[in-house]
Amino acid sequence: MTAAGIVGAAVIAVPMLAAALLALLPDWRLAAWGNVLAALVAFLAAAAMPLLGLHPFFLLTDGLAEHLAVLTAFVGLTTAWYSRGYVAVEVDAGRLDAPRLRLYHATFQVLLGALLLALLAVNTGVTWVAMEAATIAAVLVVQLPRTAEAIEASWKYFLLCGVGIALALFGTVVLYLAVEPSLGRGFPAMRWDALATAGAHSNGVLLNLAFVFLLLGYGTKAALAPLHTWMPDAHAEGPTPMSAVLSGSILNVALAIILRLRGVLAANAAAGAGAIDPGPPIMALGLASLLLAAFGLWRRRDVKRFFALSTIEQSGVAAYAFGLGGPFAVFAGLLHLTLHTLAKAAVFQCVGRAAQLRGGQKFADLGGLLAGHRRLALTLGLGVIAVAGLPPFGLFVSEFLIVSATILRAPLLALPLGIGLVVGTWALVARLQGLWLGEATPDRGLAPGLGMLAPVWLHLAIVLVLGLAMPLPLASWMRGIAAAVG
Amino acid sequence: MPPHLGYGDLSYDVAHLLDTAALVLSFVLLYQRRLYALINAYAAQALVLAAAAAWQGVVRGGADLFVTALLTLVAKGVAIPLALHTIVRRLQMHRSVEVALGIFPSLILGVALVALAILVVLPVTRMSGTLTREDLALALSVVLLGLLMMITRRTALTQTIGFLSMENGLMLAAVGMTGMPLVMEFSSAFLVMLAFIVFGLFLFRIRERFDSLDVHHLDRVGGGVER
Repeated sequence: MTAAGIVGAAVIAVPMLAAALLALLPDWRLAAWGNVLAALVAFLAAAAMPLLGLHPFFLLTDGLAEHLAVLTAFVGLTTAWYSRGYVAVEVDAGRLDAPRLRLYHATFQVLLGALLLALLAVNTGVTWVAMEAATIAAVLVVQLPRTAEAIEASWKYFLLCGVGIALALFGTVVLYLAVEPSLGRGFPAMRWDALATAGAHSNGVLLNLAFVFLLLGYGTKAALAPLHTWMPDAHAEGPTPMSAVLSGSILNVALAIILRLRGVLAANAAAGAGAIDPGPPIMALGLASLLLAAFGLWRRRDVKRFFALSTIEQSGVAAYAFGLGGPFAVFAGLLHLTLHTLAKAAVFQCVGRAAQLRGGQKFADLGGLLAGHRRLALTLGLGVIAVAGLPPFGLFVSEFLIVSATILRAPLLALPLGIGLVVGTWALVARLQGLWLGEATPDRGLAPGLGMLAPVWLHLAIVLVLGLAMPLPLASWMRGIAAAVG
Repeated sequence: MPPHLGYGDLSYDVAHLLDTAALVLSFVLLYQRRLYALINAYAAQALVLAAAAAWQGVVRGGADLFVTALLTLVAKGVAIPLALHTIVRRLQMHRSVEVALGIFPSLILGVALVALAILVVLPVTRMSGTLTREDLALALSVVLLGLLMMITRRTALTQTIGFLSMENGLMLAAVGMTGMPLVMEFSSAFLVMLAFIVFGLFLFRIRERFDSLDVHHLDRVGGGVER
């Protein structure tokens, strides 16, 4: 087996094997370390592929897949580190016990492996199976606290995303039917890399039908309005490291699939083979999510639900940029997606720790952090400022690029886009005041140590550097991806 | 298989008959008022799906289609209906179906959805072989009727059966697609999800009924003692 083959296999197989081992390991402290180790190996393998130019033949190794795989594995690694401290507090508080932690660590690795497989799979059907596995793993985690709210949230998650996954499978079958005449019967008609080039010669009308089902199906997983209702509950109720931080990556995978489909349909429409322009429907869903979430932010009392809604908003912005199309807008959307994933993971790691500290996750419980826990409050504040898209953080740059692209290409849409962005930012800053300066409630747990905050600082540092001075190799790497899929 | 089959050809006629039977059973699901009858109608639809997969296996000679048929027969035709029967009995659910939209309006809507499916699919697939076209139209109808059932029924159990029936429609589409790979993988991946959904339904119902997830509550209702 070649080096490329070994590394490629490790990306997927290490998390899956680790899941089996962690499910059997009775000692949860050891399992938490094993979790970190497996995530580290998966990250190193994922990063080795683009850095060393390894292209295993059985994986999809174009820029988009590799970029998002590295991002997902990186968030997986820092979350595994954060999770060590998190579960220790939960065990002390009696909210989780050893048998449930076995399930927790096993599903952590299954979710990570499934997301990486969904990104790197060559075959459209394998991507679907991986997304389905990721959904089941995420549902299993959401119900873990076994409270009434958690069970209800996971049931809602299961039914809505089950329908989404079902629609996506129907879309996958129709997509096969659409490209089969030009690519040949069987596996060749299910290759992502072949789809991109076959778009122009396929049956355009069938592609439309496939697109509708795939957009609705994977759009549910990308939490695009009006299919987003599962998400705030799911993010709020499960254990923070997985249900909020790692689950955010499901949205990225779904958006990447939608971006690829956009390319296929756009090529077909450009060749006049009968497909519709895929841009407007994606842009409409994106803008609807942005506006709905930006105004909805004002009514949230629960901190995790609040930030989940903010994720829907930012997912909408990225979808909108992808729908707009062209190398410039896709570059901006991809940058936005990347930076938002890092910044939001940082915020959720702080929020999860603060909620443990105060024994509640309402805004009323988390007020006045600045007085008692200066370090945590300042870190959280920086994270919120980053997510709000304010300078000097990178999300300001990506949002600025998206607005610029809109003014160039579709000036009238700049109005709703601008309103959504401003209202959303305003809500975040207003809430941050309460978190910093509001009335303090007594603590019920230990303050988080530096070890817990280290990955958060790393995330925020990356977001800051990419906002101020993006390294040239990274910029040209992302420009290359945007040129290939845009 | 020749690309253009039509009426009078045995392999076409049997496949068409089975697909249509699945659609008719979707309507049966839509007008059932009793839970047990609903579960039995679902089991019947799963058996028809298993027969359709096996028939495609006979016509096209694919071993994976036979495995799909066997999995469908055992899991969806027998195991899941038995589990649902057990849930209804152990949790002493109301034996009637609670509807958000009346039976008659939902049947009218169902007919409209089938018309929609045919109008959408038949012109789109003009180039494909006859069987693929009608298979896709019938399968899409079953999917849409399953969605309709999820929307127009109130309780978790009937919504779950709507979802399960929708999944039958998806498998019908995948099985009828000539040369489509991974059909067996799709059906087994979906079975895992269905198993979790049925188990989730169980947990969800316990919580709704007892405001607790403690399975020991079941002992109180286990022996057929009325509460």
